[in-house]
Amino acid sequence: MSEALAPADEEGVVTALAEAYDAGVPLEISGRGSKRGMLRPVQAARGLSVAGHAGITLYSPQELVIAAKAGTRLDEIEAAVAAHGQHLIAEPPDLSGVLGVRAPQTLGGVVAANLSGPRRIAGGATRDHVLGVRAVNGRGELIRSGGRVLKNVTGLDLCKLLSGSHGTLAVLTEITLKVLPAPERCGTVTLTGIDPTKGVAALSAALGSPYGVSAAAYLPAGAAARVPALAWLGAAVALVRVEDFAPSVAYRTEKLRQELARFGRTELLDDGASRNAWRAVRDALPLRGEEGAIWRVSVRPSAAPAAAAAVVGAFGARWFMDWGGGLIWIAGPPSEAAHDAVVAAARAGGGTWMLLRAPDGLRAAASVIPQEPPALARITSAVKAAFDPKGILNPGRMYPGV
Amino acid sequence: MIAQPAPKQEVLARRDAIVAGLRRLLPESGVIAEPIRLRPYETDGLAAYRQPPLAVALPETTEQVAAVLRFLHEEGVRIIPRGAGTSLSGGALPMADAVVVGLMRLNRILAIDYADRCATVQAGVTNIGITQAVQGTGFFYAPDPSSQLACMIGGNVGMNSGGAHCLRYGVTANNLLGLKIVTVSGEIIDIGGAHLDAAGYDWLGLLTGSEGQLAVVTEVTVRILRGPEGARAMLAAFRANEVAGACVDAIISSGIIPVALEFMDRPAIHACEAFAHAGYPLDAEAMLIIEVEGSPAEQDFLLSRIREICERHDPISLKVSQSAEESAAIWKGRKGAFGAVGRISPDYLCMDGTIPTGRLPEVLRRIGEMSERYGLKVANIFHAGDGNLHPLIMFDANDPDSFARAERFGADVLRLCVEVGGCLTGEHGVGVEKRDLMDAQFTPTDLAQQRRIKDAFDPLWLLNPSKVFPLVETLKQAA
Repeated sequence: MSEALAPADEEGVVTALAEAYDAGVPLEISGRGSKRGMLRPVQAARGLSVAGHAGITLYSPQELVIAAKAGTRLDEIEAAVAAHGQHLIAEPPDLSGVLGVRAPQTLGGVVAANLSGPRRIAGGATRDHVLGVRAVNGRGELIRSGGRVLKNVTGLDLCKLLSGSHGTLAVLTEITLKVLPAPERCGTVTLTGIDPTKGVAALSAALGSPYGVSAAAYLPAGAAARVPALAWLGAAVALVRVEDFAPSVAYRTEKLRQELARFGRTELLDDGASRNAWRAVRDALPLRGEEGAIWRVSVRPSAAPAAAAAVVGAFGARWFMDWGGGLIWIAGPPSEAAHDAVVAAARAGGGTWMLLRAPDGLRAAASVIPQEPPALARITSAVKAAFDPKGILNPGRMYPGV
Repeated sequence: MIAQPAPKQEVLARRDAIVAGLRRLLPESGVIAEPIRLRPYETDGLAAYRQPPLAVALPETTEQVAAVLRFLHEEGVRIIPRGAGTSLSGGALPMADAVVVGLMRLNRILAIDYADRCATVQAGVTNIGITQAVQGTGFFYAPDPSSQLACMIGGNVGMNSGGAHCLRYGVTANNLLGLKIVTVSGEIIDIGGAHLDAAGYDWLGLLTGSEGQLAVVTEVTVRILRGPEGARAMLAAFRANEVAGACVDAIISSGIIPVALEFMDRPAIHACEAFAHAGYPLDAEAMLIIEVEGSPAEQDFLLSRIREICERHDPISLKVSQSAEESAAIWKGRKGAFGAVGRISPDYLCMDGTIPTGRLPEVLRRIGEMSERYGLKVANIFHAGDGNLHPLIMFDANDPDSFARAERFGADVLRLCVEVGGCLTGEHGVGVEKRDLMDAQFTPTDLAQQRRIKDAFDPLWLLNPSKVFPLVETLKQAA
């Protein structure tokens, strides 16, 4: 691959893509490349990085909005909002540990991959908080959607369509996000020594309570042992988090302990231990150091224990669950047989999968995300063509030929 | 008046054959073609616009919807999807050569799953119907548009409906897990399911709020939430819009996000008080209704903090509810606002722009100036936390000049919203009403991109035509 294009501004992105369109040259789109290993390998003649197009362009804390250029480092945005007592609602993960990269991630990358952390289950996904985008399509045209206000239904919602499209429809150049006040305190109720089925039932009970649970996870003993804030429990653990003003956290964690006592022995993690534990869950640290492949499987929570048991039975998977059981992180050998077992487990749970990390060979050969039924696949191809008629943007990243 | 394109004469000429074709696909009562029985379908919540359709089809199953769409697509007939017909932007307005496909007979709740906190319902179930089905166990469906007694979930998806509590719980798009859709050519596709964040492009996000331009929704899987232990409201009245606006900023800056934060200006306060006798302060220029949730102790904690903030803004009056009854009384006027304005004016247009919240005082001042210039009264209701502004422009529909002025006034308000950094519509949709204002917010390139997406789903532009996109562009497309 020849040297990557690195436009310093939006105009530069427009020019680069207009030239690539004219010449029909496919490009691999990236920020700092931290997610290059996700999904399928891209077959492209050149790279285009928006890392040089960086900086916060608007931050209005009392209006709950922040806007930044796509190449802005996410940690810079997190620090800027933290300075005003606010946070990113979807709690996007930093997957550099499991992806085995050192590069810091950019806002554009997080939105393009629609990555959300534990708070997704209560506060919505990253895509739910994308209020506005500026982007350049595969024809080299600047397009805009949404804006900088919290409520907006004007025209088709390209903010959501481009979120999670992995750079295959347009190159994001600037993104406006909704933010919220960060909680004053967080606390976590743990249930130890509980099996996955009872664990998910406990998480469902907590999420179905009136106590405003903001995250719910289950870690088998081996996974819990890898999280310093949880290792001392010495057993499998179900975790339930509350975030709010301090008196509310004290009240609600106590109520949750009463509610969950019927499932087993409860403990309370204080603010500091909670933050450490949930950061580990967010970043999939229980799977850090695992060789081989990593999958994220999304199923209805009640189907998760069976899905986990299936992959454990098939290839001795290492795993843990977030999102009340709705998200299963799985590690195992990078083989087609293991992948097929994950796919079967996800399908049996009525859900979906993503092969997050694997050697190039498996990523190129396997369905890294589910193939769509023919009627939907035709729409995918038509919408792809509506943005990128020559297929120059991250070709093959999500599906072969798209 | 907003212009509609001429009907296709060749379709009108085939009317009897089209109706006969529909009758072959649907039960006897599922096709309406008699002019007198088409009248209920000639308009929606934007009642100034009326046009009976060619016919109405009322399928009872997804398969019947698919059969009807396949037939109409083959015949080249325009299709108007319709739920309860409560759109305030003319989203369900028919055309003379179009068939209305009404989803109201798909009215069954198919599954409720409390463990996984979701429910699957057909498109014709009402918004309140979902909450009613689950509230016995303390759950609810969060988006609560004012029309929730009548409006249907399929229409909520079409318009991405909001409500008074979306500051805390989000709008329709944030509360969906799955859809069953029928494409214009009659293919049935499942999107998402009971799990979060389906892989692939975000069809759920794109279809929600697409105003029937891309597909017809027949089933919806929504998230249901467990309700809080309780909720309580307070009322704070101020001597100027600027002061009330500053108070809203101070509440948000303190780290409190109330579940509702509603703003009413002086004309709105007076109209609502005359209607509901809710005890609103008539000497105030602006009033806030603020609601918080939690246990009684948590409510006390939050309301006392908010009260302290309000007291720093020189309030004319403060009233913190001590009971569910007092909270209901505080809400009574606001919830009856549309009816209240309807009592003091023969007709009104309900506008729906969104503005950056910091620009509220300036925007209200300029709306006041427009009110004088157009000689029409206006009352402003504002979802203050999220910037969604509802000016109610009062006019007399029997006076064509009054209606014309009201429409120009409304368009000026929406252009003002865009000018200050906001948008044309926060929750009502573009529909017919704001179609020709789209170029105030979007560049030709932006709109061309949206039109190419429409092309991908509906190449013949048969689905809900002459809405959302500026008409001149639509006609070019059809040519």
